[in-house]
Amino acid sequence: MRLTCPNCGERDRREFYYYGDAIALRRPAPDAVPEAWDDYLHNRKNPAGDTTDLWFHEAGCGAWLVVDRNTVTHAVHGATLAEKAKR
Amino acid sequence: MRLRTPEHMVTFTFDGKPVQGIPGEPVAAALLAHGQKLVARSFKYHRPRGIMSAGSEEQNALVTVGRGAQTEPNVRATILEVSEGLEVFSQNAWPSLKYDMMAVNDLIAPFLGAGFYYKTFMWPKAFWEKLYEPVIRRAAGLGGLSGQTNPDQYEKAFGFCDILIVGAGPAGLMAARTAGRAGADVVLADEDTAMGGRLLREVEEVDGTAGTEWVATVLDELAAMDNVRLMTRTTVTGAYDQGTYAALERVVGKDGPLECFWRIVAKRTILCAGALERPIAFPNNERPGIMMASAVRSYVNRWGVAPGKAVTIFGNNDDAHRTAHDLVAAGVKVAALIDSRDDVEATGDFPIYTGARVVATKGRHALEAITVSHDGGTRDIRTDCLAMSGGWNPTVHLTCHMNGRPAWREDIASFVPTPDSIPGMVAAGACNGTFSTAACLNEGAQVAAEVAGGLGLEPRVTVPAAEDRTYRIMPLWAVPGKGRKWIDFQNDVHVKDIKLAAQENFRSVEHMKRYTTQGMAPDQGKSSNVVALAVLADATGRGIPETGTTTFRPPYVPVPIAAMGAGSQGKGFAPERLTTSHKVTVAQAAPMIEAGLWYRPSYFPKPGETHWRQSCDREVGFVRNAVGVCDVSTLGKIDIQGPDAAALLDFVYANTFSTLKRGKVRYGLMLREDGHVMDDGTTARLGDQHFVMTTTTAAAGLVMRHLEFVLQVLRPDLDARVMSVTEQWAQFAVAGPKARALLNTVLDREITNDDWPFMACGPVGVAGVAGRLFRISFSGEHAYEVAVPARFGESLFRLLVTQAEMLGGGAYGMEALNVLRIEKGFITHAEIHGRTTALDIGMDRMVSLKKDCVGQAASRRPGLLDEDREQLVGLKPVGAVKQLTAGAHLFEQRAEAVRANGQGYVTSVCYSPTLQTNLGLAFLKGGRARHGEVVQMVDHLRGITAQVTVCDPVFFDPDGGRARG
Repeated sequence: MRLTCPNCGERDRREFYYYGDAIALRRPAPDAVPEAWDDYLHNRKNPAGDTTDLWFHEAGCGAWLVVDRNTVTHAVHGATLAEKAKR
Repeated sequence: MRLRTPEHMVTFTFDGKPVQGIPGEPVAAALLAHGQKLVARSFKYHRPRGIMSAGSEEQNALVTVGRGAQTEPNVRATILEVSEGLEVFSQNAWPSLKYDMMAVNDLIAPFLGAGFYYKTFMWPKAFWEKLYEPVIRRAAGLGGLSGQTNPDQYEKAFGFCDILIVGAGPAGLMAARTAGRAGADVVLADEDTAMGGRLLREVEEVDGTAGTEWVATVLDELAAMDNVRLMTRTTVTGAYDQGTYAALERVVGKDGPLECFWRIVAKRTILCAGALERPIAFPNNERPGIMMASAVRSYVNRWGVAPGKAVTIFGNNDDAHRTAHDLVAAGVKVAALIDSRDDVEATGDFPIYTGARVVATKGRHALEAITVSHDGGTRDIRTDCLAMSGGWNPTVHLTCHMNGRPAWREDIASFVPTPDSIPGMVAAGACNGTFSTAACLNEGAQVAAEVAGGLGLEPRVTVPAAEDRTYRIMPLWAVPGKGRKWIDFQNDVHVKDIKLAAQENFRSVEHMKRYTTQGMAPDQGKSSNVVALAVLADATGRGIPETGTTTFRPPYVPVPIAAMGAGSQGKGFAPERLTTSHKVTVAQAAPMIEAGLWYRPSYFPKPGETHWRQSCDREVGFVRNAVGVCDVSTLGKIDIQGPDAAALLDFVYANTFSTLKRGKVRYGLMLREDGHVMDDGTTARLGDQHFVMTTTTAAAGLVMRHLEFVLQVLRPDLDARVMSVTEQWAQFAVAGPKARALLNTVLDREITNDDWPFMACGPVGVAGVAGRLFRISFSGEHAYEVAVPARFGESLFRLLVTQAEMLGGGAYGMEALNVLRIEKGFITHAEIHGRTTALDIGMDRMVSLKKDCVGQAASRRPGLLDEDREQLVGLKPVGAVKQLTAGAHLFEQRAEAVRANGQGYVTSVCYSPTLQTNLGLAFLKGGRARHGEVVQMVDHLRGITAQVTVCDPVFFDPDGGRARG
């Protein structure tokens, strides 16, 4: 598997650390209801199909990436820098 | 028997006996030339077996190579190359290949059919592990491993190209030539020692010249192209996502690696993997001397070896005839040609039987005779080699590696690849069901032209003239008769096993495979699959397309794990991180312990000390009474700068850092977003926008990743940057009442308690070097940490230790460091192990409610605020048993020591020379309210029970006066 890092180009997946669902981008407000924090911390979809998750280019430029890919076809649609992602 | 006199021969051994061979030819060829028919025993029944094929699909002739630690089992003799002194051994036989005691299995074979183990060894259950399994494992199986560490070298490599061509037969060579001439970046991989495929093994012309000549010309042209890479001895073993392919290269040469595991990334791939001939399941069709017809041609035409003196041929297609003619041309006697088809024209100066079948064979250790059923009667024929051909199976394996299913083609009675099974891959030639040489050459060129065109190149197609025979076949899967009709030679599966599976309702091809073991293990059913499912289709009254195939999975040929994991053994797997004081420390005979990848000293033994506790107690005394020096460079150091550096720290730490004054250090507690403790450490403010954070040794990488996560994912609004400087600074703890006295011997300017009070920090000159000084303490003593650029680390360590020794102190290691921190109740990852909260460790007041921080919201969840949670306490022994052990559990005094009564557990223990007692840190339910209570500590693992009193975790100097003094 290879991901295209916006800084470094197409790189082998061994350079990346996998984090999980990109829900991490949408952190609730500190005073949000407990259910919102529960969803943010624990509840994840497990889609057969398109998914968006976070990867860290740890053995590369150090950028956190938002990666769109498909869990069925294994296609990687693209990656953007997390710091520029919409939240 | 050799048909040509070789120029140069070398000697290798087979089971200790010398055998002559030509360097580079397969061991199988040399054994056949030597007249060695019996080369192996079969997997289950220990039946005598010989060489069956001339390629990587070999099922029978598996041998062991070498001795001792370098022993390599299950090597196929058909691809193992002859070299001087090579030691080859037969396997799965005892005491010898010829007289194998385990052949008794064959006598009781009627009881050992498919499903035998499942039905027989069910009961009693306890017998399975102790009796049945060891016995069965000894009886069945192939070669064995040495059990020693493999000293052989393996390598891994990555390759990139425009077009990967798998297989260098007529189609592959034409594809490579067409794509190469068009300027594509081409990798041509072939598993053989030489490229050319069947053209090296058949007698035929291409472009008006001998096939071998034409191959040589094309290879010369390809070798001269800079954009073409030729890889022989390289089997492409798997197809993966995004045009990634795995390949195993057998490396030639004595000093290099044995094998290299490649990951090749190709924009496009052309599969030209050819086809594999399949056997016919006639009675006792596996005696040594019975081979594939194409293999007989390979040995005769390519290697100049006649596999027998009087050869018979049995087939259902025209290729069988070709074998007879090649043998005659080579001067080998053909005893008979047997064709199962009725309406076939055959000519030749040998007996020909059409509409005939082989119904029996004779010969214990080698084939002696066969019986042919013909024209209503039978006829015995003396023969020492039978060449069989049940037709050809296109090598579709790689096209199935991503869930592709092949399609049945009635006219060739075989499966062909379904287009687009692997994105970016196209099949051409025999693997696509195209069998004549002319058609293969043409298809290879056409497909390559399309692929190169798709990459924006402008290829031209020219195709040489070649033979264009039609492939005619009449399916023949199994021949009835007395005796077992073998299908999967490697797993000892025969026709009756498949029928039994169907009868017992394992009708799905996948169920049949698992019930009978057909198509499993190294061979993966390369030769047997189509025959097996044809027999299953017949037994279940379905057609072959409805029956379907089992799934071909990677790897196509066995790949040693040593090759896949090349470079990842020992230090390649866990590299060593060494501190700047390592050399000095090891020179003092300090035993080193691993901390992640780091190596740190346990203690520094002195003459006369015979036990680690003696050294440890002495070193603790250094710090409590004089001064100790310890390398703390392994702690993570992260440089944080920017206008929002303080805001970042406020967000990642539970407590506040924006209020920290320049020149001051503060202890910080870091939470995970779920409210549990992640890590702790100190952070120093060196400037208004400049901080240096320290992390624990274990969590340095984790915290670095976390800070980047916060900056890029959670708070991209913050303008700050973080950088690991762990490797750049060497840092030493100088701890003890004489710490300042020691430092003043090495600092450029003397310090006092007024200008360097507790928790002060700043730049200092250390023996003329610009360094940093932090007044912090992990021992509870008056202590500092002094940092210099790493290149000065070793000399500063020497200097500090020398000065410490003059003051009655010296270096201390991890054991003493651990005792010092337990005496003070300071936590490490033994306590903040991922399930503890700030409340649990008594630091809940540090979680500031005036600001948002990671973990703050979740830390207020009701369950995490329960006063009955396990809380950090100290333990001291009060009974006769003084020993405390980490990992032991706590129970009320009179409670039974069972899990339901558990009150907590011990995390850290030590003997405190300062307080002259054993100490423990522990988590105890509602522990802070239970100081003074006596509980029992039970270590079920070591059988220790001790009475302990619960106390405050800070055992020594509770008001902290020593650190401030």
